[in-house]
Amino acid sequence: MAIEQLDAKIPATPNGPSPRGLRTGYRHTLGRRMARGWQLYVLLLPPTIYAILFLYWPLYGLQIAFKNFSVARGITGSAWAGFKYVEQFLTSYQFWPILKNTLILNFYELIALFPLPIILALLLNTVRSNLYRRGVQLITYAPHFISTVVVVGILIMLFSPSGGIVNQAIQFFGGQPTDFFSESLFRHTYVWSGAWQTLGYSAIIYLAALSGIDPQLHEAAKVDGASLVKRIWHIDLPGILPVTITLLILNMGSMLSVGFEKVLLMQNPLNLSVSEVIDTYSYRVAFVSALPQYSYATAIGLFKSVIALSMLLLANWLARRVAKESLF
Amino acid sequence: MAVTTAEATTPRKARRIAEPRGDRAFNIINYTVLAVFTLSVLYPLIYVISSSFSSAAAINSGAVKFLPVGFNVDAYQTILESPRLVTGFMNSAIYAVAGGLLGTALTVLAGYPLSRDDLPFRRVLTFFFLIPTLLSAGIIPTYIVVRQLGLLDTRWAIILPGCMSVFNMIITRTFYKITVPSEMLEAAKVDGASDFRFFFRIALPLSKPIIAVNLLFYGIAQWNGWFSAFIYLTNADLYPLQLVLREILAQSAVNPAQIGGPDVGELLRRKELFDKLKYALIVIAMVPPLIAYPFVQKHFVKGALIGSLK
Repeated sequence: MAIEQLDAKIPATPNGPSPRGLRTGYRHTLGRRMARGWQLYVLLLPPTIYAILFLYWPLYGLQIAFKNFSVARGITGSAWAGFKYVEQFLTSYQFWPILKNTLILNFYELIALFPLPIILALLLNTVRSNLYRRGVQLITYAPHFISTVVVVGILIMLFSPSGGIVNQAIQFFGGQPTDFFSESLFRHTYVWSGAWQTLGYSAIIYLAALSGIDPQLHEAAKVDGASLVKRIWHIDLPGILPVTITLLILNMGSMLSVGFEKVLLMQNPLNLSVSEVIDTYSYRVAFVSALPQYSYATAIGLFKSVIALSMLLLANWLARRVAKESLF
Repeated sequence: MAVTTAEATTPRKARRIAEPRGDRAFNIINYTVLAVFTLSVLYPLIYVISSSFSSAAAINSGAVKFLPVGFNVDAYQTILESPRLVTGFMNSAIYAVAGGLLGTALTVLAGYPLSRDDLPFRRVLTFFFLIPTLLSAGIIPTYIVVRQLGLLDTRWAIILPGCMSVFNMIITRTFYKITVPSEMLEAAKVDGASDFRFFFRIALPLSKPIIAVNLLFYGIAQWNGWFSAFIYLTNADLYPLQLVLREILAQSAVNPAQIGGPDVGELLRRKELFDKLKYALIVIAMVPPLIAYPFVQKHFVKGALIGSLK
């Protein structure tokens, strides 16, 4: 964990444990130190209560994936059902199409959008004019702070087959009006609107990593007559490799949770065959069907979490084998 | 690539190293690419804003390209006269302020003690907060908890769940480690200050920047949120603006029953107005975060960097 590394850079306070260990006499016993720090524990109380209520209680509630949950009986009181619901999902006729959609949307997004922020950061990094760079950054960050509803709203309005500006342009050049939310185009619309939303903001991390590269390397390369392209290739790219690999691993971990809210907002009855993903299916089972099936929906969600965690571990293991870089 | 060698420096005058010839071309291409990308990010936003100020006829005929055509503010007047939209706006403001204050308070209260090296069980407590970030329960168990707490259909259902981000807590904790030196604490202790006193009198005033970042982060998140309202609320009087906007966008066509009168011309005019209204609503929902974020942009960058080390 890199937190420890971060902590290591910060000098410890003198009243930490002495180098000779904790047992240096009465003044340093654990109970005594806890008693002295009681006010700090009081400060920690509200966040702890919050965490227990809204982070740990739902985790405890995950068990309903293996129970026949009824609202009247509550989480603990419901009867056990074993792996009934996980099985129900795995054998359901919708399982394979949904898994396929989820994976396609994810891999498409990863392959299309992962390299772009890196390229943007490398380009921005070579810009000499501070004003120009700041201007580009300010504008390209903006979409990140716009809500999903607004982004999808803009998509609907601009790409509308009846009178949206994009279709007006298509017709002006002699094309046919196109429905960008249709079965055949949904994935492209989803991914490339995502590029518009996230590119600028995702480049921040790479820019930060680039600013940490020793300028003397560039100076030396310049003296040797290396061109800009060569310097980017031989100095900048290797410099941001660790960050890139870390982010790639993290992305693998979130493989199965494609932007749930955005997919849900972009869904319509005509594109369900490509837009139904694990998350939206789970939501539908719990909230849209006539009888809310909480246990079944939880089992679907749990299936997703377990797969996601294993993918994260797998990616981490691969990165350690191949690139000698890993998260943990 | 042809590389011109640096000319020998004469003893009288040092010369700059000549730039390789390819670099100029690269720079020109680079600046152009960045400009094109920036404009393509900006254009949809400008188009939406311009349309909301244009006449309905101009929008439908495709006359609006960049700047408003037939400038007017009808759409905004219609919104001001619609109680549903005004209520939505007010609700969003309430959620943003309450969520901002509560989230920031919890984040700071967790971040400061966990930054203190002399706190026993500090690492255990840190992991206590970190574990749920790796294993999240998902929508349904959280929904059941909210239901069992009796918060369904109240404002608390929007404000409380997810009001603190562990990610922000880690950033805040790191901020305190860096900005509140231990010597300061030592000195205050010598003067007989308690932990409470030190926190409220010294640490808090020192952490204005991180408090501002947290306030804006949580405020923007609440302003932009719609899904929790979507599943927890049935009472339309509590709907935030984003949810109202979603419902209006989902109605692709005007329902003639809402208008009355089968007159086709009238219906068309209404549809045009309806489109315009959507543009104006999008602008209203979009602008507050866009105004707010430049103020904390540089802190967001630092936060992203610290967070990336997590």
